[in-house]
Amino acid sequence: MHHFTPLSGLIGGALIGLASAALMLSAGRLAGVSGILGGVLTASRDRAWRLAFIVGLIAAALIGPLLGTSGPARLSSSNLALYAIAGLLVGFGTRRGNGCTSGHGVCGFARVSARSIVATLVFMGAAIVTVALVRHGFGR
Amino acid sequence: MALIFASFGCGLVFGLGLLISGMTEPEKVLGFLDFFGEWDATLAFVMAGAVIVAGAGFALAQRRGTPLFAAKFSWPSRSDIDAPLVTGAALFGIGWGFSGICPGPALVNLAGLAAPMIVFVAAMVLGMFGYELWQRRKVAGEAAGEVVVLTQSDG
Repeated sequence: MHHFTPLSGLIGGALIGLASAALMLSAGRLAGVSGILGGVLTASRDRAWRLAFIVGLIAAALIGPLLGTSGPARLSSSNLALYAIAGLLVGFGTRRGNGCTSGHGVCGFARVSARSIVATLVFMGAAIVTVALVRHGFGR
Repeated sequence: MALIFASFGCGLVFGLGLLISGMTEPEKVLGFLDFFGEWDATLAFVMAGAVIVAGAGFALAQRRGTPLFAAKFSWPSRSDIDAPLVTGAALFGIGWGFSGICPGPALVNLAGLAAPMIVFVAAMVLGMFGYELWQRRKVAGEAAGEVVVLTQSDG
C-alpha cells in the first residue's frame, strides 16, 4: 500500500533538479542516466566523469540510509524473467530513443525541448498502457 | 580531478533525490502509472520539483561562457522528432511499465545487490550493447562512403 507523498516528492525532485543543474554548471554535461551509462559502455573518450556519476548514484543507496532516507528497494525474486525482459526493453529503448526519465523527462522539460517532450509523452503513454493491460486487462 | 569529484557529487545528490522522493520503489512508480487503480500522483510532484530547479540552473548555465571544470557546455544538438525517438521511447515505456524501474533508480538500487536488480541492470546493459551492435551492423551495411553525423545525445 503506497500513499501520496507530495512533500517528499517535491524535496526529492528538487534535489534531482539541483544535481542536474550542478552537472551542467560543473561538467557541462546533461544528467541523462541512460546516456551516461551508454557512454561508459560504448568506449567514448570521456569515461571517467561518467563512471564517477554512476558510482555516486550507487553510493547514494549506501550513504542515504545513514542520513535517514530509505535504502535500496526490496523486491521479490519470484519473477526474474520479467525483470530480464523489462531490463532489455529499457536498455535498448533508451538508447534508440536517446534518453530516459532523467535526460528527456527532467532535463528535456527543463530545456523546453520539443523532442524530449514528445519522447516523454510517448514513454509515459506506453508505460500507462502497459500497466493498464498487466493489472486490469486480459479479462481481469 | 575536480571534474571527477563534481560528477560523483552530482550522482550522489541525484541518487539521494531519487531515494527521498520514493522513486527508487518500483511499487510507487507503478502507482503513478496505474491510472485505473489507486492513483498515486507523487511522480508528478517529483518531476515538477526537478524541472523547476534544473530549469533555473540551466538558465544560469546559458548565461555563463563555460562550465567550471570542462572546456564547454555540451547541450544536446538535436531538435528533430524522428522515428527512432518515438519507437525507442515506446519500447522503454513498455519495459518501464512492466517493472516500474528506469535507469536511474536501477543503478541506485543496484547497491542492495538483490537478485531482481542485478538481473534488471545486466539485461539493461545487454540491451544497450545490443542496440550498439545493431547500429554498427546497419551503418556497415549502408555503404562505407555514407557520412555518419555524430550528434550529442539527449541524455
